[in-house]
Amino acid sequence: MNSDMQTPRNGVPEMLGRLAWTIVWGFARIFSIVALLAAWEILARTGTFTPFQLPALSAVLERIWSDAVSGDLAINAGLTLYRALTGFAICAVLGIAIGMAMSRNVVANWFFDPIVSVGFPMPKIAFLPVVILWLGVYDTAKITMIVVDAIFPVIAATVIAIQGVERELIWSARNMGASKRELLHQVILPAASPQIMTGLQVALPLSLIVAVVAEMLMGGYGLGGAMITAAQFANSTSVFAGIVEIAVIGYVLIKIMVLIRRRLLIWHPEANAPATA
Amino acid sequence: MTKTLIRYLPLLLLALVWEMAARFEWVSTTALPPLSDVVRAWIELMLDGELLRNSASSLYRIAGGLGLAIVVGTILGIGMAWWKPVNVLLAPIVEVFYPVPKSALIPVTVIWLGFGDGSKILLIFLGCMVPVTIGAFNGARASEQVMVWSARSMGASKLRVLWDVVMPGAMPELLNGIRTALALSFILLVSSELIVAQKGFGYLIGSLGAGGSYDAMYAVVLTVAFLGFAADRAYLEIVRRTLAWRSVA
Repeated sequence: MNSDMQTPRNGVPEMLGRLAWTIVWGFARIFSIVALLAAWEILARTGTFTPFQLPALSAVLERIWSDAVSGDLAINAGLTLYRALTGFAICAVLGIAIGMAMSRNVVANWFFDPIVSVGFPMPKIAFLPVVILWLGVYDTAKITMIVVDAIFPVIAATVIAIQGVERELIWSARNMGASKRELLHQVILPAASPQIMTGLQVALPLSLIVAVVAEMLMGGYGLGGAMITAAQFANSTSVFAGIVEIAVIGYVLIKIMVLIRRRLLIWHPEANAPATA
Repeated sequence: MTKTLIRYLPLLLLALVWEMAARFEWVSTTALPPLSDVVRAWIELMLDGELLRNSASSLYRIAGGLGLAIVVGTILGIGMAWWKPVNVLLAPIVEVFYPVPKSALIPVTVIWLGFGDGSKILLIFLGCMVPVTIGAFNGARASEQVMVWSARSMGASKLRVLWDVVMPGAMPELLNGIRTALALSFILLVSSELIVAQKGFGYLIGSLGAGGSYDAMYAVVLTVAFLGFAADRAYLEIVRRTLAWRSVA
């Protein structure tokens, strides 16, 4: 009904024109991807590259399918996701808590500020062997590494977000008799949430990157571990299958975060603006 | 001076706790050698040249990969903002490639280019190109249309406008993208060297750890961490000077 009312009066030709435009545009949007995938398949099939250098796309998809049927895919992807998401959840809770403490408490700020400003730009992944030395090669070590890496953007975003809350909002709330707790929960946190969310959106892909590296180095189950084992056996079809699987997971996770952001911040003016993924 | 001291006191305290924890054996000294031993190991590594040799090859990889990524990424990003067909062709690829955890590419770059410099440079190049491209694209797209029109109406050629108006306008976002890329380049370098390499920081960390000389391993880990930090600070300083002309804004 709604769409009927919005269609201009001059009717069918206009609609057809617009439909054609949508189709052309949609095709243009996926054209380069299709071309890339086709080039992959053709280059592999014609023998420009050896199957070791570049297994055919069809072979890679077949491998993913057989992994999915045998259940390996579910185990590996599940473990990688479990580690990345557990690490991410810890980062979210701990990072926001530390960020809040830093902006409310002088001592916490004094203690954490230099640690964050020095720690944030460091390549913390270099501490991976140290983490292995302390915690072994199992889930605890992997998740710890994820937390160490991905917590900094969350802390930094929380601190900046809370600093950026408009003074007038806080003054008004205080004037109207809000207690400290109410002020925090009903004014400061909601007002700071868009930027905190941005910090989380940086931390999530980072968690996945670190999860994959940690698995590659420590071995065992998980997509990263499976890829490194495949590489050691020169099984490049499985290596490429791993990349495709990880890429899909990364893509889906990022899209889910964008959806969650829209949902959570639906009251915020930014919900009307186009989201930057 | 005292202000800086108070500001960084927490780090000194952590260092002190580290030294004491190891000296008084609150924790195993294998897991945490005393900081003073780590410093001694660092000096030894420096003196016999091993640390310098491996730093040189690591920094070469970063310079190569990041340099390529900056050049190609800037061209792609500005091209996407400036010419519609380029955007139609490349935007979907960037969008698909953007969320791929770049560490997943480590085994493939090894399959393609082997264990040496080539695979690391390719990995850093591929990983760092994405933030640079996106930064250049967003920056160039946001360049003020009025400025472009004025320059055009005053008779500037399209290329002139690109160079004199769009490029400077895109600078802040582009430089921000490059900062992300710089951090990413260290992450990718160290991860790939830890997993497969015959020289470089990651290799040195791995081989020292495997050989049980943990104090030396800590020394290299801290060196890499410090270099990443220092690179970021140096970059910020350069950016501050480059963008000095914008300070009115």
